[in-house]
Order: sequence, then structure tokens, then C-alpha cells
Amino acid sequence: MEETAKKLEWKRKDLLGLNELSVDEINEILDTAEGFREVSTRSIKKVPALRGTVIVTLFFEASTRTRISFDLAATRLSADVIDFTGSASSTLKGETLNDTAKNIEAMGVDILVLRHPCSGAANQLANSLSCSVVNAGDGSHEHPTQALLDIFTIRRALGRIEGLKVALVGDVSHSRVARSNIWGLQKLGAEVYAVGPPTLVPRGMAKLGVHVSHHLDEILPEMDVFNMLRIQKERQDQGLFPSIREYSRLFGLNRHRMKRVKPEALVLHPGPINRGVELTPDVADGKQSLILNQVTSGLAVRMAVLYLVGTRGRGAPAEEKGT
Amino acid sequence: MPWIGGEEFGRLFSEWKGRIRIAMDADAGTASSQRSAWALVGIKRRGAVLARRLWKTLHTERRPLLYGEIDISLYRDDYHLQTEKAMVLGTEITFRVDGVKILLVDDVLYTGRTVRAAMDLVLDFGRPRVIALAVLLDRGHRELPIAADFVGREVDTRREDRVLVLLEEMGEKDGVDLIRSPGE
Repeated sequence: MEETAKKLEWKRKDLLGLNELSVDEINEILDTAEGFREVSTRSIKKVPALRGTVIVTLFFEASTRTRISFDLAATRLSADVIDFTGSASSTLKGETLNDTAKNIEAMGVDILVLRHPCSGAANQLANSLSCSVVNAGDGSHEHPTQALLDIFTIRRALGRIEGLKVALVGDVSHSRVARSNIWGLQKLGAEVYAVGPPTLVPRGMAKLGVHVSHHLDEILPEMDVFNMLRIQKERQDQGLFPSIREYSRLFGLNRHRMKRVKPEALVLHPGPINRGVELTPDVADGKQSLILNQVTSGLAVRMAVLYLVGTRGRGAPAEEKGT
Repeated sequence: MPWIGGEEFGRLFSEWKGRIRIAMDADAGTASSQRSAWALVGIKRRGAVLARRLWKTLHTERRPLLYGEIDISLYRDDYHLQTEKAMVLGTEITFRVDGVKILLVDDVLYTGRTVRAAMDLVLDFGRPRVIALAVLLDRGHRELPIAADFVGREVDTRREDRVLVLLEEMGEKDGVDLIRSPGE
């Protein structure tokens, strides 16, 4: 009997970012993801929850792990998945994003997973389409599923988020991962530290309640989690830091720095790692690194997100429930 | 006043458990049982509570029983019709299902749709030797060709009624409530 079972409250058509989500909504995604973790351990790694649902992954930027993770999550929910790579087709012929998306939607798509280099692209599509839109990264705006999987990984490892001190180290300015993490972590009661050279940490962080530090060594012993953001090598050409080597010396996690962190402190990285830049290989593969757990968590979190938006208030009123 | 009170509920439960025990003992004498174990698998949440109670007394050194709990919310056939969905609670089957005899446990057998979903779920974990079904109450009104192997009691209800098995583990007093549909 289900009369006393906890009901899902999820009402949103889209998942665009963590900024707009309530604490309850974030927790609902994380709790749902817990229920999906076990699916990947079965001999038949599939549940019929989204049978008949069509999901298109529309990617206008290179990505392997996010796309594979969404594909696999959708497949494990028994949805039909179609991959669409923006640069390879009609966009080259001058079609606008809206037109491309509307055409895809007209084929009977239920969920569109969008990765786009322009901030706000997902919000724009969500407003003009009646199908669900899941933001898989838009410009330097948000990457909600990445932040959710980071938070999910931390919550599983440390049992809570509230009261934790989490450092986002590196290119905070250009990082949608950082932005989504800041919203999510703060809502759940963590203290967030933005750590990096002044050129890569935007002004105004303090206004968001984020602590700013330009010296990783200063904050090492206090942090519970280090989320090492990826350095895009092209930023060096823009003169934002003098050299990769210097960046790594000042902001990279290495064996010596690991000696000064809390013994239970966690190391995260959204990937792909530049080994020897953000992390030395011994730290990336070390005991405190949860980088591969993040990938596994990502699958559960994306299944939860697709399930929640994909089954939201569909169809007729509920019949009396069978037992 | 509950429809079935605490004392009567206790008797009902232990008779039901007794019949399951006898069947398992009889089965233990056969040759095929050398090769396969029994597993109690409860359907969340109330079926799982009952399965845990059964396991506590039926699991002995002489007759070891495997144990699991399943959440069928991802296997419902009405998820596309529902406006309200239950929280996904997760399934915990940590043993290898292949060749095992599974006894599904639920509180109430009604349309049979939950049991259909539970069978589909179990089969996604492997190929059990047998799937059997134990329900505390069978209230009739089946919509699928499904029957239970162990029934605590058959109860006469109307389709619109609601039958609630109340359990201490859920913060209630053991018993059964029958909520008659309005207009009766």
C-alpha cells in the first residue's frame, strides 16, 4: 500500500540551473538519485520508468563524459535517445537555435538535453518549447547536473552538506560548474571558498557570500572539500595567468599540500583532468580523490533528473492505486 | 476500532507464517533444494516490513534465508497516468538471484499490478528458480491473472474500499483498517 509513501513534489518542466531551485527541490533530486544508484549494479541495468519517452541530446560544444552520462542515464530508464551534434548539421547552414530546437520538438520529443556555448541558451529554449529542457551546460552560466553530482558525491562521502567548507579552486570566472556549485552548496548550508589568481576569481563573489582567497596554502587546513576546476589552456593566451607551470605551483594540489589538509578532506574534479596542472597524478588517483565516484554519481543524478522532468504530471488524474 | 485488531492480527500473522514455514521445511527435504536457497523479498514499504518480521523468525542456522527489499515505483504500469508519484525508495537485492527461490511478500493483494511489477523487477536481476507470493490479505478484484501461494486471510471488500495494514514499524498499532468508500 502506498498511502503513507512520501510523494514526489517535483513540478518543473525543465532543469535550467540550481539558482532557481529550492532547497526541497535540490534534496528531492538527491534523494531520488539514491534510489537509482542500485540500477547500475543489476545484471540487467535497466528499468522501464521512461519507456516510450524520447530524449534528444543537443550538443553545440564538445563533451564526452556529460553526453555519455546522459545517454546512459536515458538508456537505463528505457527512453529512446537521439544524439544531435550542433556543429555537424543544419546550424552550419545558418539555422537559428530556436528553429533547430522547434524542428526537433515537432518530431515528438519529450526531453531536450542542451549543451550550448551561450549563457542563457537553455532558458531561452525552455521558454519557447513545450517539451522539457535539461541544461547540460550553457556558456559560463550553469551546469546544474554537474553541481548536483558533486553535491551528491560529497553528501554520500561525508553524510551532510550543511556546515562543510568547500573550496572551488581555479578558474571560477569562466566556470559554469563553479556557479552551479555555489548556488547549490550555499542553499544546502555549506560555506563556499573561491580560490584562484585575482584574474580568475570574479569581483562580487563576496556579495554572494562566497569567501575569496588568492592563496591556496592559506586555506588548506580548514577545508572539507577541494573541487579543483579545470584550467582551460586557452586562458593563458588571454594573459589571465603567466604560465601553466606557475599556476600549477600556486594552485595545484600535490603531495606536499595534501599533507596539510584534513585527513578526511575530499578531492573532486569535474574532468577532464589536466594531470600535473590542477592535480598531480598521485593526488588524482589517491585515497582522498573521489573523481571516479563523481562519474558514477553522475549517472544516478542524471537518471533522477530525467525521471523527474520526464514523468512530471503527465496524463490523466491518478486512478485509485492498486496494491 | 480497527477492522482487524491487534490480538487477531497477531494470530493471523503467526498462522500465515506457520504455513510458510511448513512449506519451506517440506521443500528442504527434496533433492532440488540442495541446489537452491530461499529468499524473502519484501515489496516496499509495508510488504518489506512484513518480510523482515517473517525473516526474523524463519531464518535459522538450519534453514538460512536470503533477504531483499524492492521498490516497484519504476515498474508501475500507470506511471504515465499518475499525477502523483511516490518517492523512489531504491531496491536492495544484494544476493545473486540466478537459481534462487524467491518468495515475494506484500501486505495486500488487490489488482495484481504491483505483483506483476515486482516480478518484472526481480527478473531484471537474473533468473530465479521460482517466484512465489505470500500476502497477508487477499481482497480480491484482480485485474491480472495472478494468485498468491500463501494467503493470511481472504477478505471481502468492494472495489472502491481501501484496506490498510497498520504496522508498529511504521509508527502505528498492529491491525487492519477497512475504509469503506463514501456513499455506502
